[in-house]
Amino acid sequence: MTMLSERQQMSYIAAQAADARLNVELETEGMTLNIGPQHPATHGTLRIIARLDGEQVVWAEPSAGYMHRGYEKLTEVRTFPQVTALINRIDWLGSFANEVPFILAAEQLMDIEAPPRAQHIRTILFELSRIANVSLFLGDLGVQMGAVTPVFMAFRDREYVLNLIEGATGGRFHPNFDRIGGLKDDLPKGWLDETRQVMKKLRNFCDEIEDLLFGNEIFQSRTRGIGVIPADVARQYGLSGANLRASGVDWDLRRDQSLPLAYDKVDFRVWTHPDGDSWARCWIRLQEVREATKIVDQLIETLPPGPVMTKVPRIIKVPEGEAWVSTENPLGEMGYYVVSKGDLGPFRVKIRSASFNNISITPWVLKGVYVPDIITILASLYFILGDIDR
Amino acid sequence: MSDTDTDESAPVVDELRNEIVARLRADLGDAVVDVHQVPQVDLWVRVTPESWRSAGEALRAQGFDYFCFLSAMDWMPSPFGDGENDPTEEVEEDPAASEIRQGYTGGDTRFQMLARVTDTRRHVSVTLKADLPQHDDGTMSIESWIPVYAGANWHERETHEMFGISFDGHPDLRNMYLPGDFEGYPLRKDFPLLARLVKPWPGIVDVEPMPASDDDEGDDS
Repeated sequence: MTMLSERQQMSYIAAQAADARLNVELETEGMTLNIGPQHPATHGTLRIIARLDGEQVVWAEPSAGYMHRGYEKLTEVRTFPQVTALINRIDWLGSFANEVPFILAAEQLMDIEAPPRAQHIRTILFELSRIANVSLFLGDLGVQMGAVTPVFMAFRDREYVLNLIEGATGGRFHPNFDRIGGLKDDLPKGWLDETRQVMKKLRNFCDEIEDLLFGNEIFQSRTRGIGVIPADVARQYGLSGANLRASGVDWDLRRDQSLPLAYDKVDFRVWTHPDGDSWARCWIRLQEVREATKIVDQLIETLPPGPVMTKVPRIIKVPEGEAWVSTENPLGEMGYYVVSKGDLGPFRVKIRSASFNNISITPWVLKGVYVPDIITILASLYFILGDIDR
Repeated sequence: MSDTDTDESAPVVDELRNEIVARLRADLGDAVVDVHQVPQVDLWVRVTPESWRSAGEALRAQGFDYFCFLSAMDWMPSPFGDGENDPTEEVEEDPAASEIRQGYTGGDTRFQMLARVTDTRRHVSVTLKADLPQHDDGTMSIESWIPVYAGANWHERETHEMFGISFDGHPDLRNMYLPGDFEGYPLRKDFPLLARLVKPWPGIVDVEPMPASDDDEGDDS
């Protein structure tokens, strides 16, 4: 599988080198192009500085940091329960998913576990965050290539999911619902039936997007064979999530580690794609939304009864120790390295966010591409600025 | 070597992680200073600062080809106290509180390197640590990991900016977040968080009642 993508990339580079030689013969002058900080393709304020030769990128460097909020420092002056309010805002499109690994790390240090019902609901909300996050990605993908309709469809159908999250947690974007030892509340009445309906709608949305966007000839020609990342390079840069699986690496933290979440109770498929190009990355994400709706459906059927909160002290002190927990977030591997000294708050929290690694590959992958491809490659790598800068 | 909380009489044996440690010791010899293992959960290895890069190479050769993160730790307790404590409450003087106490796998220096790599085939990860001795002028430096893991580039830039650790062989240690002329290293413990010094956090007063907590859990202070 790796062989195929490497060969594809080599032929791509060779074709571009031929074009570059043509440019040398014409003696075109180099040019520096600034993309951003304000650009629709940047999901926030990422600036790309690209050195061009004609239409080709010779060298490109993303410049992050316009949204650095210093969360690693701020967590050091917060108590453990207060930290979730901050980390909600890292990947703001899938907020609940940010809380889970931190809470699990704290629970691991305290040697407690949430009751089964809480683990189940956590997993449901986690997958709902993924659906809300990635469905917006699928809609946004069209905008990057000049198609406006998909984004309206995405906003329309994401709204149903946000309503569900709001119904259960009270917050549309920043639920702050996860607690050490369980959840703040149980699910409201009628929520499960509503969720079943919404999952059907979201599956329809996936079918619509597949027809409208993935079946579109322009979309295909702008993503197929563009921005190829071989598996070895992807792993070396720490690409994770759909970006890594699109390069043929079969690795998913939902399946490949045992955490106190309900993923071992459901049957789902981890999709991979051998090509490693922009198309593969987008396609994997589409499949993952579908899988997520199926996971939610299965979890609703098997939701166990019982409490949603285990017994924890009123004032939480986490015993001394170090713990690392990472989960498969909508954007990729998100993890927290939590160091506690037995106080009310963490001594240090290292936040490993997926987009930071995912976007650090851009200088490598943008080398030699054409200017319009910068946008599609960035879109397919999919990042959230809050997740890069933290 | 390991401190498990398992109460079974038979200790949990983690053959996979034992094998990783054995191979690492065979490759690096005395450079492996200390190992901490929580069987079936996680593995910490501390190496000497001189062998930082060769430890990365040895791990990569073992199949740990997925680069997770790289950062540093400042083990000095904050001279400004715990920002999360209740400012209205008397803090008892504890001489041990200002001692530098390293975490798992111990150490001798205030700063330590911290990195994590993963084997995506065997589904196992290692957290690597190394002491960071300060040079005579107070600076610290260690070999760059870029030749081993290209993804370390941005992580080392971030660590340089936040902790003031320089990486030998790194092509471009520009700041990522802060302005170029910014003075100080924000994630060092002796760098004050000014907002917190000006106005202390209400801290413990804010703790909301937990839904499952009964009145027998602690007192309402």
